[in-house]
Amino acid sequence: MPPKSGHHRAKNVGFDDDDGYSDDYLEEEEGDGMTDEDREQLRIGTAKAREALDSSITVSDAQIQESLWHYFYDVEKTVAYLKNKFAPTPKTTSTPSKKQKATSRFDQAASAAGVETNSTPGKQTTSHAQLGEIQESTCTAPSLKSLARQCVENVNLSDSGTSVDESSVRDKSLYPAFVDTFPTSNFFWDTPWGNVPPHRLGEITVEPLLPRGRLLGGSSKPSKLAALAAARKRKQDEAKNVASLPHEHDTRTEADTAVALLDRLSFKAKDTTGPPSIPKEAEKKPRHSRYPTRKRSPSPTPEIPKTEERPPPKSTAPAIEFPDLRAPPSIFASVLCGTSAHQPINQISEFTSFPLPYTNFPGFKDANPFANPSPDDLVLSAQAKGTKPKPAKTKKSNGEHLAAPMEKLAVDEIPRVKSKNLNVVEEFEKSGMKRMANFVVIGHVDHGKSTLMGRLLCDLKVVDQRSLDKLRKEAETIGKSSFALAWVMDQTSEERSRGVTVDIATNYFETEKTRFTILDAPGHRDFIPNMIAGASQADFAVLVIDASTNSFESGLKGQTKEHALLVRSMGVQRLVVAVNKMDTVSWSQERFEEISQQMGTFLTTASFSAKSITFIPCAGLTGENVTKKVEDPNAKWYTGETLIEALDSSEIAKRNIGKPLRLTIGDVFRGGITNPVSISGRIDAGSVQVGDIILAMPANETAAVKAIELENEPVDWAVAGQIPTLHLTDIDPVHLRSGDIVCDPKNAVKLIKSFTCKILAFEHVLPMSVEVFRGRLQAEGKVKRLVAVLNKTSGDIIKNKPRIVKPGEVARVIVELDRELPLEPGTRVVLREGGNTVAAGLLEVSI
Amino acid sequence: MRLLKSQIDKKHGSGFATFLPEEPEDMWHAYNLIQPTDLVRAKALRRVTKTSDSGSVVSERVKVDLTIAVTSTDFDVGSGQLHVAGRVAVENDYVKLGGHHTLDLELNRRFTLEKVDGWDSVALEMLREACETERKAELWAVVMGEGIANICLITEHQTILRQRIEVPVPRKRRGGLDGHDKGMEKFFWTTLTTLLRHLDLSGASSSASTPDKTVPLLLASPGFVAQSFLAYIKAEATRTTNKPLLALLPTIIVAHSSSPHVHSLAEVLASPAITTKLSDTKYARETALMDKFNTFIRQDDGRAWYGPREVERAVEKGAVGRGGGVLLISNALFRAQNVAERKRWVTLVDRVREVEGGEVRVLSSLHESGQRLEALGNVAAILTFPLEDLDEEEEEEESVDAAVVEEEAMVI
Repeated sequence: MPPKSGHHRAKNVGFDDDDGYSDDYLEEEEGDGMTDEDREQLRIGTAKAREALDSSITVSDAQIQESLWHYFYDVEKTVAYLKNKFAPTPKTTSTPSKKQKATSRFDQAASAAGVETNSTPGKQTTSHAQLGEIQESTCTAPSLKSLARQCVENVNLSDSGTSVDESSVRDKSLYPAFVDTFPTSNFFWDTPWGNVPPHRLGEITVEPLLPRGRLLGGSSKPSKLAALAAARKRKQDEAKNVASLPHEHDTRTEADTAVALLDRLSFKAKDTTGPPSIPKEAEKKPRHSRYPTRKRSPSPTPEIPKTEERPPPKSTAPAIEFPDLRAPPSIFASVLCGTSAHQPINQISEFTSFPLPYTNFPGFKDANPFANPSPDDLVLSAQAKGTKPKPAKTKKSNGEHLAAPMEKLAVDEIPRVKSKNLNVVEEFEKSGMKRMANFVVIGHVDHGKSTLMGRLLCDLKVVDQRSLDKLRKEAETIGKSSFALAWVMDQTSEERSRGVTVDIATNYFETEKTRFTILDAPGHRDFIPNMIAGASQADFAVLVIDASTNSFESGLKGQTKEHALLVRSMGVQRLVVAVNKMDTVSWSQERFEEISQQMGTFLTTASFSAKSITFIPCAGLTGENVTKKVEDPNAKWYTGETLIEALDSSEIAKRNIGKPLRLTIGDVFRGGITNPVSISGRIDAGSVQVGDIILAMPANETAAVKAIELENEPVDWAVAGQIPTLHLTDIDPVHLRSGDIVCDPKNAVKLIKSFTCKILAFEHVLPMSVEVFRGRLQAEGKVKRLVAVLNKTSGDIIKNKPRIVKPGEVARVIVELDRELPLEPGTRVVLREGGNTVAAGLLEVSI
Repeated sequence: MRLLKSQIDKKHGSGFATFLPEEPEDMWHAYNLIQPTDLVRAKALRRVTKTSDSGSVVSERVKVDLTIAVTSTDFDVGSGQLHVAGRVAVENDYVKLGGHHTLDLELNRRFTLEKVDGWDSVALEMLREACETERKAELWAVVMGEGIANICLITEHQTILRQRIEVPVPRKRRGGLDGHDKGMEKFFWTTLTTLLRHLDLSGASSSASTPDKTVPLLLASPGFVAQSFLAYIKAEATRTTNKPLLALLPTIIVAHSSSPHVHSLAEVLASPAITTKLSDTKYARETALMDKFNTFIRQDDGRAWYGPREVERAVEKGAVGRGGGVLLISNALFRAQNVAERKRWVTLVDRVREVEGGEVRVLSSLHESGQRLEALGNVAAILTFPLEDLDEEEEEEESVDAAVVEEEAMVI
């Protein structure tokens, strides 16, 4: 929750029951989010410090760096501090992390970057990912102000993030004391206001203003005003010291004695002392009462330790190591946060265990904040992928319920679409979805494809009676009443006025077993490109044949044949032949059988297997044998399935869901005000989900998937075989054209200029200009060279360099395209020239 | 192109000719005429630097008559500009012999062409063709489909794609019909404005000064796009009362093409509906010839052959002779940089024409028919009698080659 509006900040401060969490953030921020400059300085400083330190003192680099950071790269001070800290007690050096934790009380107060204080690496990373902006601001200018601000912001963060289950956190989390005893106001808890030895006490009250002035770029001398204020404060101090609240006084003296005693004692005896509970209470109070002042006032305090530690008395240094020596609130703190008159007792008891949570926490020992990639890297890489790092990776098990809401917060920050990171393949299998099938309706012009499909949709109640009546009325007014059903599919004014389907119409319906997508292809020969686009999306085909006299025959010469060959060469194996308009031949069995027989022979020569062809007699206009059995007495001879049953029994090929995404754009349009760029098309392979980054070829532009629609319903993902609509962002529509391929940026399609292709010739093939079709993709190119004529079955070369490839022959040719296109080996292409389909081919090798 | 002066020896073909190019298409002729090693003389601007005695360098542009021996030519189809690069062949005050210069031949600036090896028959034919003064056929064509249009200018010798327009037109969708109609409207609007810019109807220069010269406009498309576009033009002309556009309307011809690509122009121009309306352009003749060739080759009876070696062999066997023998050859072959290569084709042409008595058609490589021929290796022939296996021997060589290649591959 980076830069916050003021009111937000203030709003949240009030509820911070678990501020300790925020401290956690603070510490790691300091450590990691350094600028390059800082790092360089740090490196140099470390080297110097090492030199300065004698070899007897074993200090790790991290420790040196850490102290350097605190002393703002002042090597001298650092060395002094380190000597101080590590020289006298060899014990501390042996277990540096733990001990240091204990010693560096000021660290916590000054929001030290703690190797050792980063007790939960998991948490740390998640928070980093979300706090990128805070880190930037804080790490570049680790001034007092920013520190203070951080603290406030972190309070907000932890607040809003965890407020939901605060109570549970406190009760159940593994480090309850840690969480509880570390509110923001605790920044100052260990500043030895009250319980420092008297010789130091004097310094404390006077000095605080000095470093501030210097750090902020002012002179090292306090201004007159500051001096005045300091003087006044001192007076107050003294006054209070003399006649302040009794407990404050007591504790100080107590603490003093404790320090003296414990100096000589072993480490373990220390934390039993009572006093530390008092500051805790003092912190508790301000949270409820005085929070707004915190924003401004606390800033100077964190610096105090620095000035204080600068001349650390060498012998007394170990005394500082006792974390439990928390003084009662200082005058400053009490001024700041209000005096604590009443304290809940249970909190006191809780507090006694304070120092242990850190050292006992399991993650504490091995905590290494630099082991993971830096939080900035995480954010960047996450943004690059358009996905957030998987929660499982970045958070620890016990932080889950905290991290989840935090992630939700982060979404607001990232403008991109958020991915749910679903495993789409699994989701698809889990969903237990009905099987899906796309079928293309093909056949000669005016054989009744659109009408048959209109009838199907009407009978399945996909189209309601009212809109059908409306269409019927409209059709009658222009004297084409028989077109009413076709108009369900043919919607453009041109299609209606001319009574011809021009482009593919897509529609959906559902049976008990299957969800179908109808692709109603145009039959007119001029629109075969559109038909190819439709056929390329289909799993199987419905070939509609007009049974009436002459119509069948003319169709066989025309598009009935061409369409059948085309769908076969596009890889469609299953064919339902709907012998339409049976009512016009009064359901004559002879006619049906004649047609079945002729078509059967033709289709088997076109390498359809006989068992994958089904012949269904029907009448689209009247609707007989489409969804319901025929009732005409003349049709008693027919006992087979209806059209819908035949559709339902179609086998569907396995889809390539696991492969990288390939989607052929069928249409680019404006999906409404909220979705200015939308595309639709069939997913040939792979899957796509909301939030994915996709790459459009050949434009080579990326886009983010904002939303996915399937059959006009929003969904989270789509898999191969489906024909979704993708709403995109971050792309200009000029980069998208129908026929382009959308793919996975990591597995992009290559652009090729020429390729070898094994073709089945439908016409004579010479080296010549052709149009190359691949789904919606339509490109100019030419057959550059005829490489060889091949044996149809074995694929052996019959003749090298043929002069011409005759219809029906299989040949290998080299095709050169006018511009580079995204085509992959294994793609099925259709070559056309002058309105005729010349050949259908399988792309072998790109050259 | 106007022929100002010509001194060409009938016998040896040596001599020179002076031309004045007047139309952009003349540049195309000049491009076909000028060969490497030819001498071209024309006015040129050349920057000359002089170093004075004091050592200061003065550079100035001087207009000089330069004669260069051509090393290469460069023709830009779109703008009709011809650049002739070569080395200075005649020394003058400013330029030394052998200095390089590139002449930019310009309209209405005369140039003189001299052939070192003499003017051969093909060159003379080209010269004649280039200087024909009769009015030349010109035709604007818009080959279009949904969302795609190619605006072409078809002249006697060139088909120039002037502009390609692509406007995304959304497909029909449920509830998204507006998109389709709007897209088509925008597409028509774009096409019309672009077309008008190219036609330059409003320009007083073209239409006013020569009112008789209204260039016919051909609209071709699969489906109904061309008709719809015509309706759109009509509506637009009446709405804006654009007089020149209204005057253009009667000359518009709508035709059917199978695809929105330029190469379907061949099919459009070959269709009888169009040939009756259009004058007998070279283009139409060439297209018809290519179609004839294609029919023969489809019959596969050995009467049609393509490819350099096959055709040469057929000519040797005397199959391209009187009584129907036709040699189709692209003028790209005569622009060969290699002199020997050019000679090879000139000899072939001469032989067919003079010895065999067959017909020779030089197709323009800039026309669609020429491009079809280019795919076939720039040369094809219709024979008077069937010949089989012209490619047999070659294939053996090839297979040997292939074997060698394979061996090499194995070694690698």
